[in-house]
Amino acid sequence: MNRIAQKLEEDKKLKSIYFTAGYPNLNDTTTIIQELEKAGTDIIEIGLPFSDPLADGPTIQESSTQALKNGMTTELLFNQLANIRESVTIPLIIMGYFNPMLQYGVEDFCKKCASIGIDGLIIPDLPVDVYHEEYQAIFEKYGLINIFLITPQTSDERIQFIDSISNGFIYMVSSASVTGTQNAFGDAQIAYFKRIADLQLTTPQIVGFGISNTDTFNTATTYAKGAIIGSAFVKHIKTYDLIKIKDFFIFD
Amino acid sequence: MGPFNYKYNLKTMSYHVNEKGYYGEFGGAYIPEMLYPNVEELRQNYINIMQEEDFQQEFQKLLKDYVGRPSPLYFAKRLSDKYKTKIYLKREDLNHTGAHKVNNTIGQILMAKRLSKTRIIAETGAGQHGVATATVCALMGMKCIVYMGEIDIARQAPNVARMKMLGAEVIAATSGSKTLKDATNEAIRDWINNPVDTHYIIGSVVGPHPYPDMVARFQSVISEEIKKQLLEHEGTEHPNHVVACVGGGSNAAGAFYHFLDEEQVNLIAVEAAGHGVNSGESAATSVLGNEGIIHGSKTLLMQTKDGQITEPYSISAGLDYPGVGPLHAHLFKSERAEFIAITDNQAMEAGIELTQLEGIIPAIESAHAFAILKERKFKEDDIVIINLSGRGDKDLDTYIKHFNL
Repeated sequence: MNRIAQKLEEDKKLKSIYFTAGYPNLNDTTTIIQELEKAGTDIIEIGLPFSDPLADGPTIQESSTQALKNGMTTELLFNQLANIRESVTIPLIIMGYFNPMLQYGVEDFCKKCASIGIDGLIIPDLPVDVYHEEYQAIFEKYGLINIFLITPQTSDERIQFIDSISNGFIYMVSSASVTGTQNAFGDAQIAYFKRIADLQLTTPQIVGFGISNTDTFNTATTYAKGAIIGSAFVKHIKTYDLIKIKDFFIFD
Repeated sequence: MGPFNYKYNLKTMSYHVNEKGYYGEFGGAYIPEMLYPNVEELRQNYINIMQEEDFQQEFQKLLKDYVGRPSPLYFAKRLSDKYKTKIYLKREDLNHTGAHKVNNTIGQILMAKRLSKTRIIAETGAGQHGVATATVCALMGMKCIVYMGEIDIARQAPNVARMKMLGAEVIAATSGSKTLKDATNEAIRDWINNPVDTHYIIGSVVGPHPYPDMVARFQSVISEEIKKQLLEHEGTEHPNHVVACVGGGSNAAGAFYHFLDEEQVNLIAVEAAGHGVNSGESAATSVLGNEGIIHGSKTLLMQTKDGQITEPYSISAGLDYPGVGPLHAHLFKSERAEFIAITDNQAMEAGIELTQLEGIIPAIESAHAFAILKERKFKEDDIVIINLSGRGDKDLDTYIKHFNL
């Protein structure tokens, strides 16, 4: 069974963390993953940096630009992760934009992920229909779970379709925004969380975008299976030593 | 026949967009889910809105009375004598705001109104599309936000001032390389953050479907007029060659549009080679690029082998885009159009030559199209149409520096 599916069966709210590979330093990748697992992270999203990250706010953009300046490449990330399964057992997801994967070759990319022990992919700019028609068979061949996004503007009908072709979790974007732009949830977001919960989807949902403190984490996980923290964590490791990862608010 | 009256059967038209938004293998809508509702709303409505009678009336009236269309098709006698062929100039430089850009912004502001949008965003490089957008927003009393790279803001001060005079807010894009591609990223992020009340007026035939098709249709008035005007001048609708410069490709898309399926008309797309195609400082996307995804479209773009988008260079701010519209990628790949790359120096020389032979100072973008006259032989009785996409007022500083005027 895929590690993501297994993790989702655990009777707890899942703490998921995103970080940009190659940031703050080029070779921090494995240390960050190991420290995150030790601190109690349930699922890790490893960001493959891209020059033009459309869906990201300033924090993740800057970390991506810096990671590329540091020399991060697709091949280097795969090399850094080559032996990761000797020390890490939690689910690992690569999150990145489609163009670098396309240049690597989608099938080669999937094959490499599978050989390393990556469990799934999040590709914000690979649309659901294109995935379904052109790439689903390849992902499935290598046992990779593709995670789709939904937003407050996504229609119920489209959410049902996404639910029907999902087999991990649904990445529920908390609001109409890019990453890292807010610190509290308002009534509109609560209403949206309730609306999605009421749809009784087969696929569990994990909330991302705007999870920056204990309050937002608790609110999101009242309605969803877990929450993903990205920008707030990237800021944390920009400011503190990697050894202080365990001090990040979510691990209190 | 208005530009949107054509009852083409899209399935049989090899150079037009198909139902899924592709030109051959290029195009599509590779967008994050956050943009899906906005883009989908546009996709479902744009053709119907464009075909509405009152939309067409309003659009045509503004093109005539406000923009000053039809723009003349001018026989350039002295230039023709020099190059021993028949050269006609399509005078988009005479449009209000000085370039072809306004054809599209007029169309899109009317589209935005019909979609009940109240806030307009746009990206701009040199500032021409920003000015054309700010202009139509002033005309319609709409709120206007223009994203512009921090570096471009510094080097295009007069256009920044124009946009501000027109009531637009100009926001600096400070991410990445701080130029056009980053301004486009910022505009897209704004649209993600404002999905309900905002329309994004993209300035070229780039971006996710339906933008490339919608912008090409708004610009298609150029080739529609060329046909009628050439019939008056020469007794034929069909020139031998149509020449246009290509950055993202909107003026070329407009100049080619009604000739796409008329294979006897040769299409010539002129790209910016900057300091030379292989100099490392160039914007010749068709030669240097390969297939990938930029700003929501599968097309040809300049990138590293790792798929990171690289920064183009051209002396002309309107041509230094690292991608090219999916229609042009298709025209290149299918060899329907000829692609020629012109360096900074060749373009500047051609700009001065046109000025001194015909008394017309072209935008440096458009000057690239004229530079092919030295590069490529035409027959004596060939009819060559060059799309003079913009006037050179905005480029005086660059001309002054280049020629020590």
